[in-house]
Amino acid sequence: MIVGEQKPFEEIVKMIDGHKRLLVAGCGTCVSVCFAGGEKEAGVLASMLRLQAQQSGRTLEVLEQTVKRQCDPEFLEELVAKVDSVDAVLSIACGCGVQFMAERFAKKLILPGLNTRFIGVTLEQGVWSERCAMCGDCILDRTGGICPVARCAKRLHNGPCGGSSGGKCEVGKDRDCGWALIVERLKSLGMLERYSEIVPPRDWRTSRDGGQRSVVREDLKEQGKFEPR
Amino acid sequence: MAEAAAKKAPPPKPEPPPPVVGPVSGLEKVIKSGGFAVTAELGPPKGVDLAVVQKKVAILKGWVDAANVTDNQTAVVRISSIATSALMVQQGLEPVMQMVARDRNRIAIQSDILGAAALGIRNVLCLSGDHQTFGSEPGAANVYDVDSIQMLMILKGLRDDAKFAGGTDVEGGRPPLYLGAAWSPDADPADVRTLRLAKKVRAGAQFVQTQGIFDLPAFKLEMKKAGDMGLLDKLAVLPGIIPLKSAGMAKFMRKNVAGISIPEDVIQRMEGVKDGKEEGTKIAVEMIQAVREIPGVRGVHIMAIEWESKVADIVGRAGLKKGP
Repeated sequence: MIVGEQKPFEEIVKMIDGHKRLLVAGCGTCVSVCFAGGEKEAGVLASMLRLQAQQSGRTLEVLEQTVKRQCDPEFLEELVAKVDSVDAVLSIACGCGVQFMAERFAKKLILPGLNTRFIGVTLEQGVWSERCAMCGDCILDRTGGICPVARCAKRLHNGPCGGSSGGKCEVGKDRDCGWALIVERLKSLGMLERYSEIVPPRDWRTSRDGGQRSVVREDLKEQGKFEPR
Repeated sequence: MAEAAAKKAPPPKPEPPPPVVGPVSGLEKVIKSGGFAVTAELGPPKGVDLAVVQKKVAILKGWVDAANVTDNQTAVVRISSIATSALMVQQGLEPVMQMVARDRNRIAIQSDILGAAALGIRNVLCLSGDHQTFGSEPGAANVYDVDSIQMLMILKGLRDDAKFAGGTDVEGGRPPLYLGAAWSPDADPADVRTLRLAKKVRAGAQFVQTQGIFDLPAFKLEMKKAGDMGLLDKLAVLPGIIPLKSAGMAKFMRKNVAGISIPEDVIQRMEGVKDGKEEGTKIAVEMIQAVREIPGVRGVHIMAIEWESKVADIVGRAGLKKGP
């Protein structure tokens, strides 16, 4: 899922400076799973902001509301009443939620309370790790299910580089060498001969490098098209 | 009818540029003629003071067949490898221009290679490049559009097929290149270091320079593997020779530099002497004499880091050259 981390509190306080009535908008999907922007987190953040305002002698009223997702239009409709009544919204959804809210509520200032970090997995409670770089042209079949774009710091397609040491990446001993993992996996799958295939230069157009991306499913369009009131 | 057909015919394609016939460089010539090549490293300065380069050229001339120019090594910004290499061509010391994948996409790589070749640079070493977080600009965006093996393929395509990576034609002249790569025979994961070397050869590598070798038996084993895979017929291997200065330096490298394995007896030898630099030089000379005997070794690559003056001493003592 999308993994994010709340921005440092001081940064958020600076961001909302000057506003007197604020809505903290949480998201019930990805950022709830990583305990960064869900209902509980929205509640805690709202309390902290109220307390901080009180301690610094400022007037600040903070509302809270969490919807299932901020990236689907039908859920944003649930926020209309509260959004209309505030000066600014602090969304603690991922960057998609913040932007979608800004598109829906074009005349309202929507501020990002989260730093969206990556798409990843839960390794254990409290530990999330990046896995997918959204390159748009998945080659996990060739690499034993381990992604060289997300897990190699140099996104080598014919790795490893000479910096791999003891299974760790030269960038830091806290991270695995993606290619060491790929080699191990190909071995255990009896597929090491695939390692010797030269992977040619990639077409990065399917990745971020090609510019903003969209997916259109003509077969699904116009069915149940959602119109905001 | 014939006239109309003639009007519609597209203009004739220009003749492809003539093929490149080697040897294209002094280094390639030495290797192809069965000589024992000597290369060393020349680190460019962090500013525009070319006198620094001239000084290093003067120190190395006559003691090496070619000198590698590093490309923003360890991601620390220095004057460019291409500019330094072009200057060396002018000054009569043949460069091996190092090019990393870290900072340039395929457009810039191909463009820079054409420029380099036009300026008389012939030997190119294709590398992935140390990650930018190590260096002086840790916040820089990562390029790595291609890796070192893909870079070799692209440069080979420019030279042998007169084609750019995207399929369009190289016009006017092909870059005459002698293509090289790096090899870390002692690096992890051990299983694939020779398999990866094979990929580099298939991609176009004609010579490789290795990471510093201190463990002779281990290196001999890797060379045997490479030989068994049939790589040594088409590939010149130049093992890396790093002269040690102290036991501390040896321990530091063993701990911190990936791909360098220093046996305990070498460390003990360094610890047991007063003059570390002299002992380190002796070890380097012995290593050169030892690797010379290994089939497939066609020279050595001396990495006297910021100690270019040591190269002449080592090369002289090993009996490889007599100087300018």
